[in-house]
Amino acid sequence: MRYLSPASFDDAIAQAAQAPGVTRFLAGGTDVLVQMRADIVTPDTLIDIKKIPGTHDIARAPDGGWTIGVAVTGAEMREHVDLGADWPGLVEAMDLIGSTQVQGRATLTGNLCNASPAADSVPAMIAAGVTLTVTGPEGSRTVAAEDIPTGPGQTSLARGELVTAVHIPPRGAGGGDAYLRFIPRTEMDIAVVGCGVNLTVEGDTITAARVALGAVAPTARLAPQAASAIIGTTLDDAALDALAAAASAACAPIDDKRGTVKFRTHIAGVLARRAAKIAYDRARKAQ
Amino acid sequence: MSKIHVSTTINGDTAEFLCDPRETLLDVLRDRLGLTGAKEGCGTGDCGACSVTLDGRLVCSCLVLGAEAEGREIATVEGIAPGEELHPLQRKFIEHAALQCGICTPGILVAAKALLEKNPDPTETEVRYWLAGNLCRCTGYDKIIRAVMDAAAEMREAA
Amino acid sequence: MALDEYKPQKGGDELEQGHAFKYVGTRPDRPDGTDKVTGRARFGADITAPGMLHGAILRSPHAHARIVSIDTAKAEALDGVKAVVTRADFSDAIQPAPGMAGEMWNVLENVMAGDKALYDGHAIAAVAATSALTARDAVKLIEVTYEVLPHVTDVDAAMADDAPVIRDGTADKSVPPGLHPNVVRYHQSGHGDVATGFAEADLVIEDSFTTEATHQGYIEPHACLGILGGDGKGELWCCTQGHWNVQKICAALLDLETSQLRVTASEIGGGFGGKTTVFIEPVALALSRKANKPVKLVMSRAEVFRATGPTASTSMDIKIGMNKDGTITAAQGVFRAQGGAFPGAPMEFTAMCAFAPYNLANVHQVGYDVMTNRPKQAAYRAPGSPMAAFAVESVIDELCNQLGLDPLEVRLKNASREGTRASYGPKFQRIGLVETIEAAMAHPHYSAPLEPGQGRGISCGFWFNHGGETSVTLALSEDGSAQIMVGTPDIGGSRSSMALMAAEVLGIPYENIRVTVADTASLGYNEVSHGSRVTYASGLATIKAAEAAVRELCRRAAAKWGIEEDAVYWEDGYAKPSGPNAGDFEPLHISKITRRMGATGGPINGHFEATPEGAGVSFATHIVDAEVDPETGSTKVVRYTVVQDAGKAIHPTYVEGQFQGGAAQGIGWALNEEYIYGADGRLQNAGFLDYRIPVASDLPMIDTVIVEVPNPGHPYGVRGVGETSICPPLAAIANAVSAAAGVRMRNLPMSPPRILAALEEQSGG
Repeated sequence: MRYLSPASFDDAIAQAAQAPGVTRFLAGGTDVLVQMRADIVTPDTLIDIKKIPGTHDIARAPDGGWTIGVAVTGAEMREHVDLGADWPGLVEAMDLIGSTQVQGRATLTGNLCNASPAADSVPAMIAAGVTLTVTGPEGSRTVAAEDIPTGPGQTSLARGELVTAVHIPPRGAGGGDAYLRFIPRTEMDIAVVGCGVNLTVEGDTITAARVALGAVAPTARLAPQAASAIIGTTLDDAALDALAAAASAACAPIDDKRGTVKFRTHIAGVLARRAAKIAYDRARKAQ
Repeated sequence: MSKIHVSTTINGDTAEFLCDPRETLLDVLRDRLGLTGAKEGCGTGDCGACSVTLDGRLVCSCLVLGAEAEGREIATVEGIAPGEELHPLQRKFIEHAALQCGICTPGILVAAKALLEKNPDPTETEVRYWLAGNLCRCTGYDKIIRAVMDAAAEMREAA
Repeated sequence: MALDEYKPQKGGDELEQGHAFKYVGTRPDRPDGTDKVTGRARFGADITAPGMLHGAILRSPHAHARIVSIDTAKAEALDGVKAVVTRADFSDAIQPAPGMAGEMWNVLENVMAGDKALYDGHAIAAVAATSALTARDAVKLIEVTYEVLPHVTDVDAAMADDAPVIRDGTADKSVPPGLHPNVVRYHQSGHGDVATGFAEADLVIEDSFTTEATHQGYIEPHACLGILGGDGKGELWCCTQGHWNVQKICAALLDLETSQLRVTASEIGGGFGGKTTVFIEPVALALSRKANKPVKLVMSRAEVFRATGPTASTSMDIKIGMNKDGTITAAQGVFRAQGGAFPGAPMEFTAMCAFAPYNLANVHQVGYDVMTNRPKQAAYRAPGSPMAAFAVESVIDELCNQLGLDPLEVRLKNASREGTRASYGPKFQRIGLVETIEAAMAHPHYSAPLEPGQGRGISCGFWFNHGGETSVTLALSEDGSAQIMVGTPDIGGSRSSMALMAAEVLGIPYENIRVTVADTASLGYNEVSHGSRVTYASGLATIKAAEAAVRELCRRAAAKWGIEEDAVYWEDGYAKPSGPNAGDFEPLHISKITRRMGATGGPINGHFEATPEGAGVSFATHIVDAEVDPETGSTKVVRYTVVQDAGKAIHPTYVEGQFQGGAAQGIGWALNEEYIYGADGRLQNAGFLDYRIPVASDLPMIDTVIVEVPNPGHPYGVRGVGETSICPPLAAIANAVSAAAGVRMRNLPMSPPRILAALEEQSGG
């Protein structure tokens, strides 16, 4: 394995384009190094992008949103007061990944590009409407978070392409988000189900919403019917019931060592209901 | 396979080593630098026994490549005691019997020290969640949590 | 404690009555504390040797397969590879035999596969190379041709007629005719007439239970450094609970003379029974012999899960009859346990412990040891007992519920006491079950109100405890300080306990005593640190060794004073004249005697060797409150209290630590931990990510009550404490969860999907 640490994205892309065999980009390394240790993948070339200027920055974008560098760690996001005030659900989702130690390394981009269906930050990113700048030999393009993973361990990135920035939309007034996951322990587990809810209210009425689910399909996915179930409502019991039913209906999970189809489908509804309540409270307070 | 030359700082001392690009920081600390205080309990970031700080940030050294240490500052359990005297956390761990076998202890001490530097007055819940990535199979954590809380109290008084 | 080492304890009358303790019962800092908080302590993987190679092991990806061929040529050709070994490099003098009689062959077969790979992770070949990475690369170059065979991993399925046969001819004579060849041992015991007892009962409940295999989960993977020459002389450094056992097994597996292999136990990063045997140690030595260089072998975490001993999984049927007043009229249990592809599942311990807490007129228990395509089970903290308690105490709980009786009152009413004939045969000596139940009743926890959604569970538990072969040497230095050589690795602070007991006898400060875990060349034989035997047996031997030294000290004082030896007594570190000579001489401090010991007769040492058989059995009663989220099936343990009889707590803080650790492991076993096998027979959760041991945020503080009912078999009354603490938790938590959820949980772990499914089944959904 070759280890490279380019000083610019241009260099990184050029190196990746020329590298034979398997190439991986290294940000936090909390997935890549595990895969190496477990003999799942040992790349021929590992390109560490952390020495590229700007990759560690959290910056307010001109539109009031946020641009997150691709090497920004969960711990750095958690410590960023303004980011957390705008997008508590997204920050909490990132914070749920692994231990304090893992938080010192893990990144949003890595969590997204590892393309695990159970990645905690991804439903929160999808719900928030996060987009990514993807750059490759052919130039840059903007891609929605939900369009990056295409299946377990698979992404839509072409050979030589990498994510070079994360864009979080402006929060705006009356907005709130939340992410909840179900795990058997209190920490250190992979989500059995994850649910991100992002919504906007005017007064007590929900005017816009996005609901995304994790670990219930080959990729984290938007659940538009679940969002529709609460838009125009005051999140009353009927709306919550409809939300839970729509979230469960959006599931296409598998039986595996972490959970059954039946359990996951049920829990998706429970979490959607609970996450929506938190997002709703946050949104009303943010008016 | 060619090796990488790395210059770094460990517990305040400069250190240089050659490593295979596949070697982790944990491999390098233990096998090349003779710092065997950090332990490999899993190699996959699940147990915390290899905890160190990297530029002051708590990490699992098994999830950092040796090559990534270039130009960085690393602190390990071997650097916790300021001199002949033990650090208050170390003293309290002994006093409270917060260890039975002791294999997880170095990692927990590094993690607890990082916590108290960030939050000198943590609640029991905060200590438990901060240390959730440090597995201990012997103690049931009770005495570990008490030792950390007691050390925090003593350090606050001394501060 | 391994099955073949279990000995019924005869009891004893060693107890020194009316002892006023000065050191015992205090809580000093452990002597190895600084080493362990500074990173200085050397564990299994922390040692190196000049010229050392690194080893790696190739493991079977199949649950059951015939090994057709192994081609090591490509691995051997890799630059840096110095040796490759297979089964052909181990002894061919060891032969298989039925049941436990073939245990040495079983260990060999487990260390390195012979004709067949018997489970996912079974060692097939090993490599030594100049670096760990090279060794790992080389392993991938070994080409093995397998003929994959049908496999079975479930205990009940393995007993079915159509189950694949793992090794025909393994069953011993205990097995009744007509059973599947995978049933390899059989046990039955009891007394009275259960049919009559059930007929007398007001209520009889019969129910079935299962538990999954759980791993000891020590944080330190197995690690060793082996050096073996063509001259048959070798050295081995390893993390083990018993290095004499390692010495004995390695010598046999490699055709060495036992005494020519010197084994040093490193500090040990947890064992809980799992480090009582060998896995990689003979492999490191075989590689070293072939490469003629030291070889270090360290398991990965995945290897630990796939190829070292979890405990048995079980399937159990329990039937208990009770009268309206709470009297148990009869009890019967059938216990089926699988312990992997070898005999040895501790089903007789399960059977024998099941009803031991109760004084029963009619009791009968049956056990089946069943082979499956799983790793060879190893001892895990009171092997067999926690599962039995889970099944039995669940049924008693249900009886109490249906009869409207207080669960602790019922336990007290039926409790075994001194003189009770145990369900497994012998009469109990002085025991402390009643005292633990009474202390639990009096504990504020038992009467504290519960929040909505919470349930309270209680359970009693039992473990035999063990004595075992023990040697201890104590040597006095010229300044009057003492060093003690013990042979039982310190797995949880036992150096402290030894120093306290020696301080008590010698009357010198705790700090003036250094306790060393001696290597196999420096002390006589010692059985493994298992069976909760260390504080009991090494403690007893330490006391006796110190007493021998004191006798010699008194002799020297008598000679100096010119009086009879028996006119001198020892008190608080001084020889003092007694009887008619009292007051005639100034008391002589130990340091005054030792300073001149060379000139007065030579060095003063004490030693003691024996197989003490007075390890007092021990009991515990646990109380636990659990909260169940009915929407998710998630359980939170909100309060936990351990009450256990320690006989005499030498270092109470470390006794509490054992209580808390056992409870925590029990919580993991009850709620989340399990070996999960896929349809392909491969282990699916070989890591701490999905083998979910409790983390700090999962647990509450664990309250402890140390009950002290002295064991007559120990001078200070010590009973082992390490194992009993894991016996009640599975049942106590199951009873709490069942109460909180309103539905009886019969299968462990009580994972959220299982709890939800049980709730749904109950509501008819």
